[in-house]
Amino acid sequence: MTEKSNQFPQWEVFIQAKNGGPYEHAGSVHATDKNMALQNARDIYTRRNEGRSLWVVQTDNIFSTTREEEAEFFDPAEDKIYRTPNFYKMPAGTTNL
Amino acid sequence: MKTQEAIYQYCLRIADSNLILAQRLAEWCSRGPILEEDLAMTNISLDLFGQAETLYEYAATIKGDNATADSLAFLRVEREYFNRLITEQPNGDFAVTMVREVLFSAYQNHLYEALCKSNDEMFRGFAEKAIKEVRYHLRHSSEWVIRLGGGTEESKVRSQAALNELWRFTVDMFEMDEVDEELISMGIAPDMKEINKSWMKTVTEVFTEAELHIPDLNNVIKGSNKGIHTEHLGHILSEMQYLQRAFPGATW
Repeated sequence: MTEKSNQFPQWEVFIQAKNGGPYEHAGSVHATDKNMALQNARDIYTRRNEGRSLWVVQTDNIFSTTREEEAEFFDPAEDKIYRTPNFYKMPAGTTNL
Repeated sequence: MKTQEAIYQYCLRIADSNLILAQRLAEWCSRGPILEEDLAMTNISLDLFGQAETLYEYAATIKGDNATADSLAFLRVEREYFNRLITEQPNGDFAVTMVREVLFSAYQNHLYEALCKSNDEMFRGFAEKAIKEVRYHLRHSSEWVIRLGGGTEESKVRSQAALNELWRFTVDMFEMDEVDEELISMGIAPDMKEINKSWMKTVTEVFTEAELHIPDLNNVIKGSNKGIHTEHLGHILSEMQYLQRAFPGATW
């Protein structure tokens, strides 16, 4: 990312498909400010009725794990089978838990 | 003038304006300053096509005689088009397109607001749906004009030049004749003098915030109610209607 970019700053777009649901990452847009980011997100990601609400977050404000950290962050969870509720007996007659 | 005849004419005024501006905005397709704006302008264009179609269909039912939305769009000549003159003006640079969009979407916004109270059920239904679209167009273009006006020296000069060039076409948007008189008397259409006032308030707010000044009215050009146009409409129609003129009745 050392190359100088002639693009506007990048924003990440999250869409809520319906009231009360989770906001899911849809993609990104370029925009000079938050209002433009919302409108660009609306025009690119919700033109086919995908959502009723939008979040935009400037990409620089998202702090994420790196590939190098992946093993130490996530591998230890692989063999902790007791952390999932696999050993509970289903009450008789329950079909949906 | 009979009411039905006036409604037909009124439909064409609004639908023609929408169709011609839609065609103009579609010229930006693949030429937008950024990908996102390319999509935004063509989205607006598609909204306007949709609005035109609704009113052409209404007009076609009044006209009868096997008229359809397509025949109205593709088989009328320049003097039978009644679009507001501002909609046929060339896109120019991005500032011209955005200033034109502010001027025209503010106009649509106030016109549709009034049509939401029309005694004509079709106009009411049309306006209630379309007003949501044009409010967004107004918001989008206003924010751009404010950014351009307060941006660099270059963007400010270009925006002011755009406003100076387009301002003289705004008088045409509010012209009234016997069509308006008939529809006003029936409570179907609004008095354009009132629309003019609220429009002026809205655009003054936008241009003040954009630090642009509204020019004096010079070289006013009008005539859309009579089908009198600037030199640009003929070129738009020749391109838009080419296929139906060259291969009448062609479908795919």
